[in-house]
Amino acid sequence: MRHYPLLLAHELRMLAVSVATYSAAFLFLILMGLIYFLVLNGYNSQVETDPPMAQYFQLFFFPVFFVVPLLTMKSLAEERRHGTLEAMLTTPASTLEIVLAKYTAAYLFYIGLWALTLVFPYITLWFLHGVRTDSPLHDTASIAGGFLFVSASGLLYIALGIFASSLTRNTLVAGMLSFSMLFVLIIAGYWLTKLQLQDTWFIHAQAVIDYLQTFRQLEDFSRGIVDTRPFFLYASNTILVLGLTTLVVESRATA
Amino acid sequence: MSVATISPIPVAVASTPMVRPSLQAIGLTKEYGTVRAVENLTFTVGRGEIVGFLGPNGAGKSTTMRIFAGLLSATSGRAYVAGIPVASAPDEAKRHLGFMPEMNPLPDEMRVLEYLRFRAKLKEIPRRKITARVDVAMELCGLQHKSRRKIIGTLSKGFRQRVGIADAILAEPEVILMDEPTIGLDPKQILDIRRLIDSLRGRLTVLISSHILAEIEACCDRVMIINQGRLVAAGTTPNLRREFFPRTEWRLRLKGDPAALDQLLPGVAAGLRVVVCSAPDAESFVEVRLEGPANNPDLGENILAALMQHPGWRIREFAQVEPGLEQIFLAATKQGDEPLSPLIRRSK
Repeated sequence: MRHYPLLLAHELRMLAVSVATYSAAFLFLILMGLIYFLVLNGYNSQVETDPPMAQYFQLFFFPVFFVVPLLTMKSLAEERRHGTLEAMLTTPASTLEIVLAKYTAAYLFYIGLWALTLVFPYITLWFLHGVRTDSPLHDTASIAGGFLFVSASGLLYIALGIFASSLTRNTLVAGMLSFSMLFVLIIAGYWLTKLQLQDTWFIHAQAVIDYLQTFRQLEDFSRGIVDTRPFFLYASNTILVLGLTTLVVESRATA
Repeated sequence: MSVATISPIPVAVASTPMVRPSLQAIGLTKEYGTVRAVENLTFTVGRGEIVGFLGPNGAGKSTTMRIFAGLLSATSGRAYVAGIPVASAPDEAKRHLGFMPEMNPLPDEMRVLEYLRFRAKLKEIPRRKITARVDVAMELCGLQHKSRRKIIGTLSKGFRQRVGIADAILAEPEVILMDEPTIGLDPKQILDIRRLIDSLRGRLTVLISSHILAEIEACCDRVMIINQGRLVAAGTTPNLRREFFPRTEWRLRLKGDPAALDQLLPGVAAGLRVVVCSAPDAESFVEVRLEGPANNPDLGENILAALMQHPGWRIREFAQVEPGLEQIFLAATKQGDEPLSPLIRRSK
């Protein structure tokens, strides 16, 4: 892994000089600002039990659906299309190091974007001078829990995006693949439980589906309840997906 | 006494240094499904040689190079770079190899210096040597002054090729593979690249694939020609000329009755004959092509002497026609198209 820090620094540098990075960041912050504004607005019209940041993180999937594909679709697909991945593979750097560097850079950027949104409650407090410091506006448990969930789930979402990018040379196709996989992962479990199926197989699979339920995990985290099981779920699946990505890149390069 | 008579052979063998080839392919085969891109390719390239790798489109040149670069795995056979098997020790083999792929992919957003520094680090050049190595590579490739800090995306095709070559020679590897390094360049740029390759002669082993045969002829020590994945010819241009054109040809422009040549030529040498005779031009000169055995180096002088003695002829031009690499290439690939070509046996 001696090339990994060098490759990671290179990837971060490439992200820093890319216009697409700033466009994605701008779009993300605009959307998240809007979501936070709408959440706060909801408190004006009706009484809410959850703190605003808990509600805010409940809508985490909106930005995930577009930011993750935007961040990851170019990573391997475009490098393969331009042949720069091939040039990289002619050096002693291993495929795993290249994949991990791309993954880490995208993940750090993703987390960085989310971290920027954590200032929203403090900006609100700054504007509303008269609000008590123990108000639910900056409920530390929901902020920390929500961010922890976004960080843990982001591990897998970014890995899926990188995996989608390894499957094709076309960035658009990679983006759509990434979106589809994320949609299935985040929404499918939720809808399956809503269907209330009575088949035997479904009853047996209920426990597994419950375990995979993104929204149920988020509900706990955004209330400040930190469960270690989702960490295991996301970390183990991330390792699996990154392993698959490495195999795909290797097999495509040496086919 | 008995020792003296027995010992010379082993001593002589032991004292002869084993010359390890820089590149070696043994029975290399690559199949894509049912298509055999490279078939039982066997060759060696010695240290310090500059070898041209020729073949029509789809002959298997790029596939072979990519196998050596560790980008493709061979279906069967073995490939060695600096004596290291590429299949079992790809990372170690890559440390002895610089590869400039076809189309020379480069990141458009980076500056030339920044890119070469990054590649130097990736190629495990010691940190204290990076600046010096990058400077040497840039100097050799003519990138030191104007293009040093330019963004790669803004460079002309010729300068991009130079960056690719600078990258390939950066780590001073034993072997450099260049896949079509002069593709898309103008004549001046081609000349510059040729000079650059010439400057590497003797220091590095270079395998160049190109379609520009004049370039290969000018800068390579020898050539290998592959067709349909098989090696159909290998050797220096004069050797290949003798192999594929066993008869010598002369071009003659004369004024007079060319029919008289038929009586004259058999008297000069057996087997000497007229192969082509053009119609008379405006000045009544005809162009005649003569063909004779290649094993007589004095034959040209003898023909000229015989022609000069003919009273009614005016000779304006007499020259030996030497087939170039282009003719050799066409002859080799044409014969290579035939199954079970005797050329493979001959070149071996």
